[in-house]
Amino acid sequence: MAGDTKFHHGDPRTEVGPIVEMKNIEKHFGNIIALAGVSFDVLPGECHCLLGDNGAGKSTFIKTMSGVHKPTKGDILFEGKTMDFGSPRDAMEAGIATVFQDLAMIPLMSVSRNFFMGREPTKGGGITKRLDVDKMNSVVMEEMRNMGINLRAPDQAVGTLSGGERQTVAIARAVYFGAKVLILDEPTSALGVRQTSNVLATIDKVRKQGVGVVFISHNVRHALAVGDRFTVLNRGKTLGTAKRGEISPEELQDLMAGGQELAQLEGSLGGTV
Amino acid sequence: MSSTTTDERLKTESFLARFLKRPELGALAGLILVTVFFFVTADGSMFTLSGFMNFMQPASQLGILAIGAALLMICGEFDLSIGSMVAFAGLFFGVCVVTWNLPLLVSIPATLVFAALVGAINGSIVLRSGLPSFIVTLAFLFILRGLSLVGLKWATGGNTQLRGVREAVEDDWLAPLFSGDAFPDLFNWLASKGLIDTFNSGLPKVPGIPVEILWFILIALIATYVLLRTPVGNWIFAAGGDKNAASNSGVPVGKIKLSLFMLTACCAALVAIITVLDAGSTDARRGFQKEFEAIIAAVIGGCLLTGGYGSAIGAFFGSIIFGMVVIGLTYTNFDQDWFQVFLGGMLLIAVLFNNAIRKRVTGER
Repeated sequence: MAGDTKFHHGDPRTEVGPIVEMKNIEKHFGNIIALAGVSFDVLPGECHCLLGDNGAGKSTFIKTMSGVHKPTKGDILFEGKTMDFGSPRDAMEAGIATVFQDLAMIPLMSVSRNFFMGREPTKGGGITKRLDVDKMNSVVMEEMRNMGINLRAPDQAVGTLSGGERQTVAIARAVYFGAKVLILDEPTSALGVRQTSNVLATIDKVRKQGVGVVFISHNVRHALAVGDRFTVLNRGKTLGTAKRGEISPEELQDLMAGGQELAQLEGSLGGTV
Repeated sequence: MSSTTTDERLKTESFLARFLKRPELGALAGLILVTVFFFVTADGSMFTLSGFMNFMQPASQLGILAIGAALLMICGEFDLSIGSMVAFAGLFFGVCVVTWNLPLLVSIPATLVFAALVGAINGSIVLRSGLPSFIVTLAFLFILRGLSLVGLKWATGGNTQLRGVREAVEDDWLAPLFSGDAFPDLFNWLASKGLIDTFNSGLPKVPGIPVEILWFILIALIATYVLLRTPVGNWIFAAGGDKNAASNSGVPVGKIKLSLFMLTACCAALVAIITVLDAGSTDARRGFQKEFEAIIAAVIGGCLLTGGYGSAIGAFFGSIIFGMVVIGLTYTNFDQDWFQVFLGGMLLIAVLFNNAIRKRVTGER
């Protein structure tokens, strides 16, 4: 899997409506305006990249989407209906799963115990109610194999996995538990080249299963590798949404930086940023 | 890389390699080492049936505490007050039985509930304040010890020992469950068949299995089952491994920790009940420094001080090591005071060993 970097870019299914639609979201913290009217939507089976530099409001925006923050103004529509998420749990139950940078994973515990943490399958009833260890192990092996990771054993500790593999476990877990929208908070930011390509491949697989992926990044090249649409946030506002093929990496980069000075720098760095 | 259905790397992990990853490995290795040591140095009578019961009895009393402490450590908390809790629960139990003349059917549940309440107070202070449990329970180590002294003097009119427990429970039908020896008929029968050692009178040298050994084994089995085979076990590991990650995944971290504080206190109360019935009296020094011995047994058993890793069966072996060393030295020509040196050394080796294991498991380099 590691060598396969030719991602398939299937056209998103535009004939169906978006799973999640965020309309003119505003979020104020006291006198600070973190989001000043952001609109964003995710279609099933597409990867919508949310780009922006540090402080652009990406984190606030996805936290609003995943139920951590309540928007000050604006509507969140989930499958066409207005939703009012009171907690991350509500959003999770509706089908919005978020993989934050800390991954909610425990290094000392095995992959299968992590995978089912808080949602363990059981068999038997009453006092004989116990973990269905066979099911846990076979599901984990199967799901991980589908994502292109061959675990040595399901009881392998998460601590022994690479950063990219951990990211993949977290994604596979969210999808297995019925995520319709998967929000990935900078999944590639701390990864090496090979691991990044593994994670991007995972995103591609998840998308093909009909899950809408929101991919947060500040790396234009990673975004362009898998993204179907690109929305750039800057200073709490959207600078517009572009479809794949309509925009060049340089334009995206400039938009993210708010057109400041990066153009100048770009010359001396030879377009390597 | 091909996506084969079977992983070609599976073969490389032999049974031995899998075994090496178990947290209780160190304790088992230690137990074998200690057994060999005493086999060579100690009098042969140590490894007879009566010698075995001799060291298993203190091992069991400690082990019941150590298993509670191990579960609590795995979920990331400490309880330094369990030793004092033994004295305090012993006092409460003694007062129930002697002063208030309650039957065991009432006294025992009352003592367990009382201990659970104290454990809950301990736990809620830790959880509400967010302070380290080390400090909070250190305070309770002194508070409970002091209360035991004051309470005993109050109950006896100035004494620090409360006598008369044996007389008060003599005819209680529940007493055999918590005191004396189990299966006396079986042992008499074995003696009559000449299968076990007997005195000249024909009575067996070992009249039965001391009940605490049975409690110890039972609790170790239940704790191991819960840890490895139930969702609650998974939550205990998760709560100790990373409480934020665990609660983000829907694990009721607070509830788990609170229940384990209560459980640990109940383990202390059970030890109090058994030892008070055994001695026929209770005193303020009961359980003195047991909190450290229990934690040491848990650490020898593979529990990490940082939580999230360990095993109940490890604490079981750790306690047996403990009992063997305490009692075993009396069978040898060594000065018994080597015991403390040995204990400290064991602890140090165990911590170094566990640290290395943790690095292996988490892939830290």
